Amino acid sequence: PWSSSPASPPPMHRRLLLILTQRFSDFEVLLRWKSRMKRRKLLRKNAYYSYTQGLYGVDIAAAYFVLCLKGGFRFVGHSEWFRADHKGKFNWDFLNHKDTPLEEVDMSYTIINYTGLSNLEAQRSLRTLSVRGCSEVDDWFLARLHVFQDSLEELDISHCPQITPGGLAALRNLKGLRRLDVSSLPRISTPGLVIILLEEMLPQCEVIASGYDHSLKPEEVEEERSQDHAHEGMQRVPKKR
Amino acid sequence: MLTWRSMRATVRTLRVLLTFRQVAPDHRWRCGLVPFPRSLSTGTPLRNDFFKDLEAKLAAARRKVADAAPGSAWSPLEINPNLPPERTDIVIVGGGVVGWSVAYWLKKKEGIRGGLKVVVVEKDTTYSQASSVLSAGGIRQQFSLPENIRLSLASADFLRNINEHLGVPNEDVVDLHFNHAGYMFLASHKGAHVLEENYKTQKAAGAQVSLLSPTQLQEKFPWMNTHDVALASYGLENEGWLDPWSLLNAFRRKALSMGVVQCCGEVTGFKFTSNEATTEDGERLELRRIKSVQVRMPRSLEYQPVECAVVVNAAGPFSAKVARMLGVGLGPRDTLAGIPLPVEPRKRFVYVFHCPEGPGLDTPFLIDHSGVYFRREGLGGNYIAGKSPDEGEEPDVADLHVDHQFFQDQIWPELAHRVPAFEKLKVRSAWAGYYDYNTLDQNGIVGAHPLVSNMYFATGFSGHGLQHSPAVGRAVAELILDGGFTTLDLSRLGFRRIAEREPLLESNII
Repeated sequence: PWSSSPASPPPMHRRLLLILTQRFSDFEVLLRWKSRMKRRKLLRKNAYYSYTQGLYGVDIAAAYFVLCLKGGFRFVGHSEWFRADHKGKFNWDFLNHKDTPLEEVDMSYTIINYTGLSNLEAQRSLRTLSVRGCSEVDDWFLARLHVFQDSLEELDISHCPQITPGGLAALRNLKGLRRLDVSSLPRISTPGLVIILLEEMLPQCEVIASGYDHSLKPEEVEEERSQDHAHEGMQRVPKKR
Repeated sequence: MLTWRSMRATVRTLRVLLTFRQVAPDHRWRCGLVPFPRSLSTGTPLRNDFFKDLEAKLAAARRKVADAAPGSAWSPLEINPNLPPERTDIVIVGGGVVGWSVAYWLKKKEGIRGGLKVVVVEKDTTYSQASSVLSAGGIRQQFSLPENIRLSLASADFLRNINEHLGVPNEDVVDLHFNHAGYMFLASHKGAHVLEENYKTQKAAGAQVSLLSPTQLQEKFPWMNTHDVALASYGLENEGWLDPWSLLNAFRRKALSMGVVQCCGEVTGFKFTSNEATTEDGERLELRRIKSVQVRMPRSLEYQPVECAVVVNAAGPFSAKVARMLGVGLGPRDTLAGIPLPVEPRKRFVYVFHCPEGPGLDTPFLIDHSGVYFRREGLGGNYIAGKSPDEGEEPDVADLHVDHQFFQDQIWPELAHRVPAFEKLKVRSAWAGYYDYNTLDQNGIVGAHPLVSNMYFATGFSGHGLQHSPAVGRAVAELILDGGFTTLDLSRLGFRRIAEREPLLESNII
């Protein structure tokens, strides 16, 4: 764990690509072009829908943004959900509900990021937001969720590969939160402690955290190596509950 | 049938025996029981045969002659491979986070690949005493100068997209360990109106800050004693702290991958040309232009003059020393040449302490009206704290020795008063680092010197150099390559205010 080099060597095709990139500049150009196209797509998908806002108002623009990213939403006072299918096709009937804010938004497994959130910022009655499994949701995204601090009650950020404990501290502003799902976040190294701290920070909130391995195996290995060192490590965890 | 079966059985045992015999010698040989059959020939020569080596020796001599022939790079003197190049376009003095940021932005803005040669000179590449890595790593937007707020916003934008800017293909992604915990300023009754004014400036510049009354504060943070607090301002977004070493290394890795040359050495002097000029008032001025920078190798007297067109002074606490080598501040008093760069090193202590009952995950970077600050460090109940000493009690800056009594006398009482849980704490460790303290107004100096036309300053940030480094690097690169600020107008932070002695002060609430 103290080594500065990555733990495992990259897979075969990555190493081959690296060799080809170093040998031929065409490969370098192609790879750079590929990553640039990917970034451009991300930017375009998460652009600010100001034109739609001017024509139809902020609520329809937010709804359109959600559907364009293959997400789903529910209007305030409605019971049916509007969703895009896996091909990205959706029902245009939502245009009939002008000036109706959104209450629930499901953006799971989409490419929403920090800039895309600006389209939803005007939704002051948003109660439920799910960004489950979104690869572009990071700590900065969580820090910006303070715009919903008066209304948001349920938040699902499980399976997001970029979230770290430093970003979870940003949820401190969401004091109205009732339910928070932080299952299977791969970059949280000490899930037990982080979940206790989260519960302490949001006392009225039910924190759901599954998919973590809470066994104390690494501690035992350390104990074998040196008795007092492991003892110190146990003490360092504050007993707060 | 029975005979057939017994025959099969004998064949099987036979096969087993056979295979055993095959395996056995091999096994014994591996164990080393039987020595490996050695060649018993005595034909190898014991003495060196001159005629046998002759051919190889002749070939080596031929190679040496070819190397010494004119047109080849060989020289009879051994050349230190760590020497900087003899000529380059831009020399950056100081390889801290600001210096590397300037290097990165210069390479980023160059028109064609390899169009600009940049050398970064750093005297200590282990960064054991560098201000960049010894800082507390805080990022905030709660300033009162619009320039500082805009610098912070631009830097936060950069840090948000750090992997787009500083990601290197086929390397690990940059992880800054950013903690989005926010900053909180507490004001007493005396400073409340200043805090409110600052809040308005910050809102106007686009920062996300909220004001809290003592009751709201108590409700939000039950662990805090709000007895003597009149008002608090609390950052909602883009504020927190990061790992300075990660940011420095990310800048350095990216700049090196773009072709910046790093040189371990110390700048000991400059060669410059002088020109006489007369102002409209009839005052005679001596204009200087740097021709080359003398870079001395570490722990040796060997030095290399580096010819260059532009020098960036990003030496942090020691930038005044670098400026003095060019005669800045050595002229007669009351002239432009007599005004020194008002930057000096100041020592600041940071204490790490442990308190299991202390505040949890929502601990902000708290700045009390007494000047004491603290923040959480990791998740295990550790915190770091510090305070700027009073003007008359500045510690000696000769070494980075830590004064532990300072914590007992000045910091702990204030900490325990603000957070009663800190009555019981244990100091784990402490360190000291240098501030590049601007004695005039505690703000950065960005821009060229009026008398040395090709020296640009990026120094004097007095503790917020790390958080402003991405935006300052871009501003300096614009100044050098575009001739003026194009994205953020930092002209008020230039040397002009120092020449006219008009401080551009932050309104503090302490």
